[in-house]
Amino acid sequence: MNIELIIGILNIVLISTTPLVFAGIGELVTEKSGVLNLGLEGLMLVGAVSGFITLVLTGNYFYSLLLSIISGVILSGIFAFLVLNLMTNQIATGLALTIFGIGLSAMLGKKFSGTPIEGLSPYYFIIISFLLVLSVGYFLSKTKSGLMVRAVGENHNSAYALGYNVIKTRYLTIIFGGVMSSLAGYYISICYAPMWQEGMTAGRGWIALALVVFATWKPWRLLIGAYIFGGVAIMQMNLQAIGVKLPGQFFNMMPYLATIIVLVFISSNKLRLKLSAPASLNVPFEKNQ
Amino acid sequence: MVYLIRVQLREDYSNFIFYLSPLVAVALTLFFGSFIFLILDLSPIESFKIFFISPISNSYGISELFVKATPLAIIALGLSYCFKNNIYNIGAEGQLTMGAIFGGGIGLLFNDSTSVFLLPLMILFGAIGGAFWATIPAILKTKFNTNEILTSLMLTYVALFILDYFVVGPWKDPEGYGLPKSMPFPEAGRLPVLFDGLRVHIGVYFALIICFITYIVYNKTLFGFKLKVSGLSSKASQYAGFKYKNLIFYTFVISGACAGLAGLFEVSGPIGLLYRDISPNYGFTAIIVAFLGRLNPIGIILSSLLIALTYLGAEDAQLFLKIPSAVGFVFQGLVLFFLLGTDFLNKYRVLIK
Repeated sequence: MNIELIIGILNIVLISTTPLVFAGIGELVTEKSGVLNLGLEGLMLVGAVSGFITLVLTGNYFYSLLLSIISGVILSGIFAFLVLNLMTNQIATGLALTIFGIGLSAMLGKKFSGTPIEGLSPYYFIIISFLLVLSVGYFLSKTKSGLMVRAVGENHNSAYALGYNVIKTRYLTIIFGGVMSSLAGYYISICYAPMWQEGMTAGRGWIALALVVFATWKPWRLLIGAYIFGGVAIMQMNLQAIGVKLPGQFFNMMPYLATIIVLVFISSNKLRLKLSAPASLNVPFEKNQ
Repeated sequence: MVYLIRVQLREDYSNFIFYLSPLVAVALTLFFGSFIFLILDLSPIESFKIFFISPISNSYGISELFVKATPLAIIALGLSYCFKNNIYNIGAEGQLTMGAIFGGGIGLLFNDSTSVFLLPLMILFGAIGGAFWATIPAILKTKFNTNEILTSLMLTYVALFILDYFVVGPWKDPEGYGLPKSMPFPEAGRLPVLFDGLRVHIGVYFALIICFITYIVYNKTLFGFKLKVSGLSSKASQYAGFKYKNLIFYTFVISGACAGLAGLFEVSGPIGLLYRDISPNYGFTAIIVAFLGRLNPIGIILSSLLIALTYLGAEDAQLFLKIPSAVGFVFQGLVLFFLLGTDFLNKYRVLIK
């Protein structure tokens, strides 16, 4: 193998993995505060389409980025209102968000499907994604607010008794996660593709969700996991190209199988589970009981 | 001026409102849906007519309504066992796919058969396939305490890739022009239709039978009572001596078998062969159906018809209004949002001081 080919492959892995890092790190923070958001796929699609449409209409990258972010704030804000204020079931609400997002993005983007645009260089986002993981890692382990997020996610009743504002903390983490998913979508439609197509995130939201568990809720492991998942996907294409007989589907299902194995590993031991998963994940917080 | 908003658990929790709230949610969805049509520069009344009335204005349309409602109802009825028990199996899409692979595999294995036993065997294997796929998260949950939400979801994607492997690999139709699909099932492996020329099939009877059995189980049997108790409090159920782990296992197997059955009905009914996209998200949409039907067997039948209509309406909207059929998903998402929201007002009293 020559150096150029290896660099070429690494380049593709970098470019294709970045959306997983964005969506994954956002969801990690959300889950750290005890909320499971299954709406990633929907958030990504709406983030992708709103950025794309704005870019086509205005030709301005800043506005398109802004609108993509706003879409994430609005949608995840609705999710937050439902699960935090109305105490709805997080699973059902997240699924509703995904289904809604798939539909909404397809409707909005219909007229813009196939419109050519001048894409943005992916490298800014790649650099930002690394910085993001670093800062989230620092935030969660070294800052007071980060510890507060974790306290809320571990035991919201104790956190509340200590005087932390559980609802406000979770609002912020949910919206942070939503915006990160939107950015992941924005990256896909503006930098990676660059174009709009119905359902173009192709299940990356679910992989990002798997990734958070695979990383056992640790930012730096999430980064490594993302590159393993991304690398496997690219490797599969290249192995097929050089004629390896293993069917590609088995590579494609690896992230999911690996996640299940990690899940079983951490949950089979109570202590290990305690050290990894946020204890209040998917438990509704009812203040007035 | 500062308002202090507090919420309080209602003591006068009303069963009537509990069953009324799906209707409120549907009304709110239609109200907000009309804005979506307005934004798209379409007349809401005309659009609703195309969306909700014209699809079922002839016998073909009504048959199609049942074709779509059958898998939704069967899956949602199965899921209601899990949800009643507070167990979140969200992998019905994968269990459906496994049912199609198992049952459809039997159809392809005996593809020259004319035996009357072929179809029953396929149906049996469909249910086994779905149940098998559901036992994986069930065993992981009961033996290792692994979160069933995540495992059942992950397994969905694994199942979809397994199906993909079969239809582009060993089961690919040699005369299929290289398309990723299997050979058609033999005539003996096709689900009989109820009326000539229409696609509605005997799966409808299965849905009704499962609905009836479920009604009996929930209202007349100890098993149904155990589900209710452990759904309300798993601790109380263990204290009462119910084997909670067994309950988890059985509910998973039942819901998996139902999803597998629905998958087999899809491939041996309307589709007639195996290919990549056998299900337009039925497994996920059935979760909405189950919630909208309030986990009540009769409610689920009604809500499956309503959600089936969003599928049909979306297809018509694509044809006549030139908007993507994904608009159906918008309505499905909205109706679930509103349902979950209205439940809050039934459970809690909002005090503004």
